[in-house]
Amino acid sequence: MTMSRPFRIALVVTCALVLLYLILPILIIAPMSFSAARYLSFPPPSLSLRWYQEYFGNPAWMQATRVTLTVAVLTVVIATPLGVAAAYAISQSKWRIMRLIHMTLLLPLVVPIIITAVGIFFVFAKVGLAATMTGLVLANVMLGLPYVIISVAAGLQSFDATQEMVARSLGMNRLRSFFVVTLPQIKPSVIAGGIFAFISAMDETIVALFISGGQYQPLTKRMFTALRDEIDPTIAAISTLMTAVSFMLVLVATSRSKKGA
Amino acid sequence: MSSPVQDLSVLHQRREQRLMLALALPALLVILLLVVLPVGWLAWQSVYHNGFTLENYRRIWSEDIYWRSFALTFQISLLVTLLSLLLGYPIAYAASIAPKRWGIIILALVVLPFWTSVLVRAYAWLALLQRTGVINQVLRQVGVIDEPLALVHNTFGTVVATLHILLPFMVLPLYATMQQIPRDLMQAGASLGAGPMLTFWRIFLPLSLPGVLAGCTLVFVLTLGFYITPELLGGGRTIMISMLVSRNVELYDQWGAASAVGVVLLVAVGLIFFAVSRFIPLDRVLGQK
Repeated sequence: MTMSRPFRIALVVTCALVLLYLILPILIIAPMSFSAARYLSFPPPSLSLRWYQEYFGNPAWMQATRVTLTVAVLTVVIATPLGVAAAYAISQSKWRIMRLIHMTLLLPLVVPIIITAVGIFFVFAKVGLAATMTGLVLANVMLGLPYVIISVAAGLQSFDATQEMVARSLGMNRLRSFFVVTLPQIKPSVIAGGIFAFISAMDETIVALFISGGQYQPLTKRMFTALRDEIDPTIAAISTLMTAVSFMLVLVATSRSKKGA
Repeated sequence: MSSPVQDLSVLHQRREQRLMLALALPALLVILLLVVLPVGWLAWQSVYHNGFTLENYRRIWSEDIYWRSFALTFQISLLVTLLSLLLGYPIAYAASIAPKRWGIIILALVVLPFWTSVLVRAYAWLALLQRTGVINQVLRQVGVIDEPLALVHNTFGTVVATLHILLPFMVLPLYATMQQIPRDLMQAGASLGAGPMLTFWRIFLPLSLPGVLAGCTLVFVLTLGFYITPELLGGGRTIMISMLVSRNVELYDQWGAASAVGVVLLVAVGLIFFAVSRFIPLDRVLGQK
């Protein structure tokens, strides 16, 4: 498209500024985490691994990390098969009730999380799931399901369903034809969905604030509480590590799904 | 009378439906037990406490703090939505018309923060904006200011961080819509003598409106329920709706009051989605997430 020169320059400058705004906070955290100063200052006066030592040497942070990783792994292990099964049913069935089910399954994205969080807190308090690992995992499975379903449903959309029919007409049973024919072809979208569920569980804060407690507090809850009190540079170190994990996983997820496309 | 063949196909269809239902059932159960039931419980609790009562709603209606909080939340949501449109439109536009490689780079930079924890980003903004933070330090060293500016622990800080978190939710639907606009249309406009500005105003902008609506809906609704940034960056002065909910639970143990506020928020969100769904299909709004 042709554009006048001043307009072009204005567009480039605007974009550069907005992108800077988007990226700046992410770029600022890592150097701060290597600072030797007690108070946050930028640029750091001198470099050290002090805050990483603080993090790795602190049993409370380590326990929280174990909780976060356990919850995230269990979330993926549970949410992925449930999400794949649901996405398969949604994409195969033209039944009207299935559309309603589809909408219901995406509810966690629509209902403001604070409402879900308080509601779950009430229910868990009644049934004794508050401050337990099971409760935390269940809540995160719920929050991660839509990501798996959206990702896998998109993968199934570009998959030719007649292939599975052919396999069945050649004598394979339904389950086997799914695992042998369909699943390998939608694998990238399944992996991407699982990874997004993992990241969602790792980053989830609001529900955890309400329902987690005692020894089963994830990292984000401890970080949130620490942030409310004072700005502890240890959090910069944890944030840097969390961001690194997220980015590596997203990289894996997107490179996989590109191969599948 | 139906023929045996028809009976067989109906039977087959029924079996197929049952199978599909069974496959969707576990996921459905999770959502029913962890979203529908809790929210239903919340709604019930808002009107039932040793008997049916509308006391909780009457209080929302009559007490000043609730009014102020709702008004502030809507103002902030509107402001964040407008700002994100203002900042997001040029980005999405540039990504859609730039050469492919640049388009990918722009989008990657937009999505990158998207996959960073909201908590981490709230922390980053605290570090940037506080009195002894990066921005105040730089401004002082340059000599622009003598006293540090109050950039955080107020509504300004809340808006800056919320906007930062929600901007990708504006850019992605905008970009998805813009990409589908056929380039021939602009060329046709140009060949008929319209300048670049005119083709943009009369052709590109109107065709991008569904994306604008989708993005604005998402950002507005998400801001309405935002919790972490106002809690951490609002400094106790920017009380948004979500904080009314959490305070009533955590500080005052007023579950009924918290539930009623939650129900009002949920109804507001539901109404907005309903209104928008009359213009564009909802899965188009949600599919972007």
